[in-house]
Amino acid sequence: MLEFQNVSFQYAEDKEAVIKNLNFSVEEGEFISIIGASGCGKSTIFRLINGLEKPQTGNILIDGKPIEQMKQYSAFMPQKDLLFAWNTIEKNICLPMELQKIPKKEQKQRCYEVLKEVGLLEYAKKYPKELSGGMKQRISFARTLLAGAEMLLLDEPFSALDFLTRVSMQEWLLEQWLHFHKTILFITHDVEEAIFLSKYIFVIQENPFSHMEKIEVPLSYPRKREDLKKQEIIELKEQLISRFLERKH
Amino acid sequence: MKKNIPSLILTFFLLFLWQGIAMGINAAYILPSPLQILAKLWELREILILVHLPSTMGVTFLGLLISVILGIFLAIIMDANSKIENALYPFIIASQTIPTTAIAPLFVLWFGYSIWSKVLVTILITFFPITITVYDGLKSTKREMEELLITYGATKKDIFIKLKLPTALPAFFSAIKMAIPMSIIGAAIAEWLGAQSGLGYFSKRMMTQLDGAGVFAPVVLLSFVAMLSVSIVNMIEKKLITWRKEI
Repeated sequence: MLEFQNVSFQYAEDKEAVIKNLNFSVEEGEFISIIGASGCGKSTIFRLINGLEKPQTGNILIDGKPIEQMKQYSAFMPQKDLLFAWNTIEKNICLPMELQKIPKKEQKQRCYEVLKEVGLLEYAKKYPKELSGGMKQRISFARTLLAGAEMLLLDEPFSALDFLTRVSMQEWLLEQWLHFHKTILFITHDVEEAIFLSKYIFVIQENPFSHMEKIEVPLSYPRKREDLKKQEIIELKEQLISRFLERKH
Repeated sequence: MKKNIPSLILTFFLLFLWQGIAMGINAAYILPSPLQILAKLWELREILILVHLPSTMGVTFLGLLISVILGIFLAIIMDANSKIENALYPFIIASQTIPTTAIAPLFVLWFGYSIWSKVLVTILITFFPITITVYDGLKSTKREMEELLITYGATKKDIFIKLKLPTALPAFFSAIKMAIPMSIIGAAIAEWLGAQSGLGYFSKRMMTQLDGAGVFAPVVLLSFVAMLSVSIVNMIEKKLITWRKEI
C-alpha cells in the first residue's frame, strides 16, 4: 500500500509550492488514474514516489515503511518510450534487470516470457527504429514490468499515439493489468481514458494542491468500450469535464 | 558512386582551370600546374613514400593517439564534475589562442629534433576539437533517460557506460574525422618548422630550391592520406553506429 502523509514539495526554482500537506493512499492491486490540468503537478507525484525528488516535509510510505529505506518498490514508464536506439529490443527490456545484477540466463528467460505476453516475441533481436509507436510503448511497458516492482507509475504513456492505437493500447493495458495484478498509478489528462481504465480517479483541482478528490468509477472489470455509453458514465464524464472548464474560466 | 559524380565534375573543372592558369603564368616556381605536380610526385615517389611519409605518419599517429586519449579524458572529467569543468574550460580555450607556429621553434629547443617536439605541435592543434566535440556529445545525454536509469537503481558508472558512452559515440567519430586532417596539418607544420625528415620538411626544402612542383607533391600525398583515413573512419562509423539520427 502507498501512503502520502502531509507531503509538501516545492521545486528550488519556483516561488510557490506545488504540493502542500498532501494526504492520500492507494491500496495494493488498484488501478488509479490521476487527472488534472497540465502543469498542476501530476508528474511531481511520480517524481516524489520514485525518489527523483525529496519532499520538504511529510512522509511517503510503502506498506508502512518510508521509501528511503526501500528499493525497487516502483517502476516508472514515461510518456516517451525512451528506448535506447543502440540496443536491441531484448537488451532494452533486460536493462533494469541488468542493473539489478540478475543472472543473464534468468534475464533472458523473463524477457522472452514478457515479450510473449505483449505479443512481440519475434521482435527480440530488432532495433527500436524498426517498430511502430504503439509497439515501442508496449516494449517500454514490458521493460517497466521487468523492473521488478509491484507498483507501476505510468505517466501519460499513450498521449503521443494516434487515436486508434491509443484505444487499442488502453484495452491491452487493462488485459495486462488483470493478468499481472500490479498496482497501477496512471497519469492522464484524458477524462475518458481515466474512466475506461481505472477503479478510482484522483482529481487535482487546485494549484498548489493539498487534496485530490477520489472518485469511484461505477464499472466492474473486465470492461468493454461500450460500457462508456452507459448513462451514469456519460454523466460522470460530463461532470469531470465541466469541473475543469469551471476552473479555467 | 552516383553521389560522387558532382564532386568529381567539380574537381576536374577546378583542376582544368588550375592547369589553364598555370600554363598562362608559365612559371612553375610560382604556380606549378597539376600535371607538373603529378610528374614530380611520380619522379620522387620512392623517397616520398618510403622515407618521408612514414616519418610524418609516425608524428601524426602519435600526436593523434595522445590527443584522443587526452581529449576524451578531459571531456569525461569535465562532464563528471562542474567544478573541474569551470577550472579547465578557460585553459582549454586559452590553449587555442597560442600561435602554435610561432612557438613551435621553442619546442625544438626543448626537445631537440626528436619526434616529441613535432608531436607536441600536433597535440596542441588536435586535442581541442576532440575535447570539445566529445564533451558536447556527453552533455547531449537526455536528462529524462538519465532519470529513468536512476529509477532503475543505476549508479553513476552504470549511467556512464549504458547511456553516456553510446550517446557520445557519434560525436566521438565526428571528432576523429575532424582530428585526422588537423593532426596531419599539425605534423606537417611541425616538420616545416624544424625537422630532418618528413613531408613537411621535404616541402620546405623544395621551397628553398624554388621547386614549386616539389613543394606541392608532398602536400598532394598528405591530402590523399587524409582523405583515405577519413573514409576508413567513415566506413567503421557506418558499421558501428546505426542510430545517429534516432537519438
